[in-house]
Amino acid sequence: MLIVDRVDKSYRKGGFFSRERQQVLKNISFHYEQGECLGIIGESGCGKSTLGRLLLGIEKPESGSILLKGKKAGGNRAGSGSISAVFQDYTSSINPYFTVEQAIMESLGIGRDRSSRRDNHAKVDRLLKHVGLDPHCRTKYPHELSGGQIQRVCIARAVATEAPCILLDEAISSLDSSVQMQVLELLKRLKEIDKLGYIFITHDIQAAAFICDRIMIMRNGQIEEIVSTTQLMDVQSPYAKKMLQMVIS
Amino acid sequence: MKRIGSLLQDRLALLSLFIITSTLLAGIFAPWIAPNDPEEVHMELRFASASWEYLLGNDHLGRCVLSRLIYGIRPSVLGVLAVLAISVGIGTAIGFIAGYFKGKLDALLMRICDIMLSFPGYVMTLGIIGILGVGLQHILLAFVLMKWSWFARIIRTSVMQYADAEYVKFSKTLGIGSLRIIWKHIVPVTVPVIAVTSSSAFSSMVLQLSGYSFLGLGVQAPHAEWGMMLNEAREVMFSRPELLLAPGITTILFVSAVHFFTDALQVALDPKLGSSGRKKQRKGRFQTANLQGSEVA
Ligand SMILES: Nc1ncnc2c1ncn2[C@@H]1O[C@H](COP(=O)(O)OP(=O)(O)OP(=O)(O)O)[C@@H](O)[C@H]1O
Ligand SMILES: [Mg+2]
Repeated sequence: MLIVDRVDKSYRKGGFFSRERQQVLKNISFHYEQGECLGIIGESGCGKSTLGRLLLGIEKPESGSILLKGKKAGGNRAGSGSISAVFQDYTSSINPYFTVEQAIMESLGIGRDRSSRRDNHAKVDRLLKHVGLDPHCRTKYPHELSGGQIQRVCIARAVATEAPCILLDEAISSLDSSVQMQVLELLKRLKEIDKLGYIFITHDIQAAAFICDRIMIMRNGQIEEIVSTTQLMDVQSPYAKKMLQMVIS
Repeated sequence: MKRIGSLLQDRLALLSLFIITSTLLAGIFAPWIAPNDPEEVHMELRFASASWEYLLGNDHLGRCVLSRLIYGIRPSVLGVLAVLAISVGIGTAIGFIAGYFKGKLDALLMRICDIMLSFPGYVMTLGIIGILGVGLQHILLAFVLMKWSWFARIIRTSVMQYADAEYVKFSKTLGIGSLRIIWKHIVPVTVPVIAVTSSSAFSSMVLQLSGYSFLGLGVQAPHAEWGMMLNEAREVMFSRPELLLAPGITTILFVSAVHFFTDALQVALDPKLGSSGRKKQRKGRFQTANLQGSEVA
């Protein structure tokens, strides 16, 4: 479904007029099949979020290509066939001036001709229930919700786009561990019910192992190794070995 | 709409709105509302105190103070308001383009703003008057030239703060166009900033305009203007202090009304402040004070 081929990305370093560029992603290539859950792990600053932004089409790769069902990512790709997203920082992931309902409506109104208001109203109710929220939440503003509730709303909003794949960029990292577990369970359930696939960016190997089918280990903007979760114990590269050792001990 | 409704429940906001609109209307319909000709001299009525014909008394040339006050709205309030609208409009457009799209365009626009801001404002204004001649419209022109870059800078900063927010990123992943994102997500959060900066700029411009009128560079002598009325009254400050009161109180009242109204607007627009009552409203006022401080600096 998603084919990433030799992608590079660099950012300008220092002031606006400086020539120096910092290479953030180097020669990234991998495949992603519909419905699978791919974990992307790596230490802070290794370019995971940057890769995520490229996959979402918010930014363009400098060289190489990202093909989504044969089409370039980042074009006018409203509607299904695209990737939706849940981000890390729940304090800014919903517009503070929007109610929960408006936030979800935003992604319902895309790529479809205007369905009737009542229709959407019922849909919002269904989505809220789907992610384990009380339908009364619909009129609340984000500052009136807890972090876990906001992340649930964000998941509902991502599910509402009916995209087959959701990219979660550290979506659970800023939650406390019991809420993390609840959200992970929710994601697992949605994966089974809706046949959703995830690209799960995190630096928490345990969370990744819990939910992912395959795990991609990144280091300094390069792919170190891609392993399936069941074979996580016999990784090849020394860096990945060291990383796992640290988690286990 | 719901939020505008909560604004109308705030008594102070309503009173301010009333003062603002009635001042504007009085300025627009000055010839019909003013009881007398503001420029008619009655030497026999010099410094006359209030009477039924001249409700606020007469000034040092026996002119009707009330009528001069009403006619003074035109340059003092309407003129400055027009200037404000134009410079805020230009500043907003540039600020949004620079702050949202960033990159080369941003760098170019901000260097232009820097160049504009590096000219000392008063000297520029004097220069423009020197070239184009004395007159209200030239001062207003100078205000536009000097102020837009200042607005552009402030608005750009607050746009940038929100342009990277995760909800903007999410809208981008939905494939929503930039204009729509700006309109739905960035305009609402920057409106309070724009409102507060404009209201503080407004009061400072009213005062500056009075200053130039005092120097004889702005509104010309027979015409009425609040600042000029104050300066005329200043000469008899100790013998006839009441002449200072009329323009002084009007200016203070109007400027305060503008401040209170923008504060209330800010509170009404922000769901975080709106739901939890009025005690947080002080915060809005504090921010206003801050912004004013930064403008002076
Ligand atoms: N817009 C940008 N401009 C300049 N440099 C950037 C930009 N975005 C990211 N970088 C740089 O790219 C590198 C990778 O950043 P990225 O956010 O992808 O890391 P990450 O793997 O997501 O880290 P974390 O786990 O902390 O989220 C960092 O060194 C960062 O400084
Ligand atoms: Mg990151």
